[in-house]
Amino acid sequence: MIRDTTIGAKLWITAIWVVVAFFVINLMAMIATVILSSFATRWLGTWLPAGFTTRWYFTAWAEFQLYDILIVTFQIAFTVVALSGLLGVTAAYALARRDFPGKKLVMLLFLLPLLVPPITFGIPLATVLYQAGLGGTFWGVVLANLVPTVPFVILVMIPFIEQIDPKIEAAARVFGANTFQLFLHVLLPMLIPGILAALLLVLVRTVGMFELTFLTAGPTSQTLVVALYYSVFASGVRAVQSIDAMAVIYMITTLVWLLIALRFVNPTQIVARAKQQPASA
Amino acid sequence: MQRADHTPALSLRQRLALRGIDGVTLLVLPAVLFVLAIFVYPFAYGLLLSFEPKQGGIFANYTRFFSDPFLYDTIATTLWLAVPVTIISLAFALPVAFRVRLMTRQRLLTTILVLPVTLGTVLVAEGLLNFLGPQGWFSRTLMLFGIIDSPVKLTNNYWGVFASLIITGFPFTFLLTLSYVTGIDPALEQAAATHGARAWQRFRHVFLPLLVPGLAIAFCLSFVQAFAVFPSAILLGAPAGPTRVISIAAYQAAFEQYDYSMASAIAMIMAAVQLVIVVAVLMLRNLFYRGTTAGGKG
Repeated sequence: MIRDTTIGAKLWITAIWVVVAFFVINLMAMIATVILSSFATRWLGTWLPAGFTTRWYFTAWAEFQLYDILIVTFQIAFTVVALSGLLGVTAAYALARRDFPGKKLVMLLFLLPLLVPPITFGIPLATVLYQAGLGGTFWGVVLANLVPTVPFVILVMIPFIEQIDPKIEAAARVFGANTFQLFLHVLLPMLIPGILAALLLVLVRTVGMFELTFLTAGPTSQTLVVALYYSVFASGVRAVQSIDAMAVIYMITTLVWLLIALRFVNPTQIVARAKQQPASA
Repeated sequence: MQRADHTPALSLRQRLALRGIDGVTLLVLPAVLFVLAIFVYPFAYGLLLSFEPKQGGIFANYTRFFSDPFLYDTIATTLWLAVPVTIISLAFALPVAFRVRLMTRQRLLTTILVLPVTLGTVLVAEGLLNFLGPQGWFSRTLMLFGIIDSPVKLTNNYWGVFASLIITGFPFTFLLTLSYVTGIDPALEQAAATHGARAWQRFRHVFLPLLVPGLAIAFCLSFVQAFAVFPSAILLGAPAGPTRVISIAAYQAAFEQYDYSMASAIAMIMAAVQLVIVVAVLMLRNLFYRGTTAGGKG
């Protein structure tokens, strides 16, 4: 490793860490404010709340019908996970194993929904879904959420499948395995870590996906993040602490999955999802 | 392959298999059909719908958009948020990524930084409303150190949205940049150092040329994310005035005026602006060196 020992270099390094520290401290303080406020009896014009209580969680639970919302959130999230796994893994397998005319075009097709921001394609998508009678329903929300998650699973899974030696599959074929047996007994056990990682990230993304759910959800198909938006939007109607309690519940539902996902993937993978795409693509 | 096509003994099935099309290839079809039906079709439908306005000729929506300052100003408002945020994020992400690449234990920092990306804009907006508000810790700390006398107004204006975009945008840009920076073979830097290049020279003449393609991609992705700002512009900004971004205009057209044709037109304009910036950045990138980031004998 190269070491810079000049004063200028040391100052520069210090300055960088100061910037990082400033960012992390503000981020942590912001999260801490929400958590602290959710336990506060009264918090006005002081550094810390006057006292602590857990009653806001009971208030929020009742006022926002969090039980129903949580059930809907997980129903939507797990349906999205199952369907995007099914569509994504099969497509990724074909793309990893075969070279066919128009493959580049197909890859571009799968890259686009990840590059175009949800709000841009969400408005025409919501229009079509409402005209098809799916707007505001459970399946409308699921379909809209699948748009970025299916390509996401495909792009995460392709390198996973590529690294498995095709000879293993050939050997299974020689011993008479049909496609289904091959998949169930040979491929699946080897792909489980990759599939698990991809699907956990899909779960995190779906629970946190605001725009698409917001544009397509009706009163009975709201997920937690959309309900949180509405309560912040109408803040003043309810106590701040009660909204913060809901925000904490939302944080927990997202972070639990994130922590599990981080056991399987590197944090950079959550952002740089298309890394296997060469930069020149 | 050419020869195979002319060999009469091969069946259609075998010929297709030679071109890479067989039962396995067909597995890609469900996903392709899905993306065509739920992504490409609505987009094309929206494009056509935007030319069928509620009243007027086929371009009525577009002429209305570009003649009404309340509508066309949203482009400038959004750019005025998205461009500075992207440049600042990238400017800070690059030096930080250069330090973090030398760390042996990056995991804790990257995990902390992935938090705001995961939590999403709604939660960040809610947190910042408290944290940056007049009674929040941010103003209090500044007052404690005597930097300011009275609380600074950082919510329900431009700066609230700016802060929320930085909080979600910087980690995104940083993690993207980090993945590019760590992809460069350290041997290249060591070679330059052996030849006596100083830190700045190593960066300017070794790393920067290799990084430009990656940085261009990072810029595009971060810009597109920031340009699509929506919930935080409403919750943390002043959605009626200074932070009336283009997505708010599109949303209002669709769900408040129920003019889906106009909403589609605004969504298409939004996509077009993003496309113009992305294409411009990628064309600039092509002026620079493009090649391998791995070392080796060449």
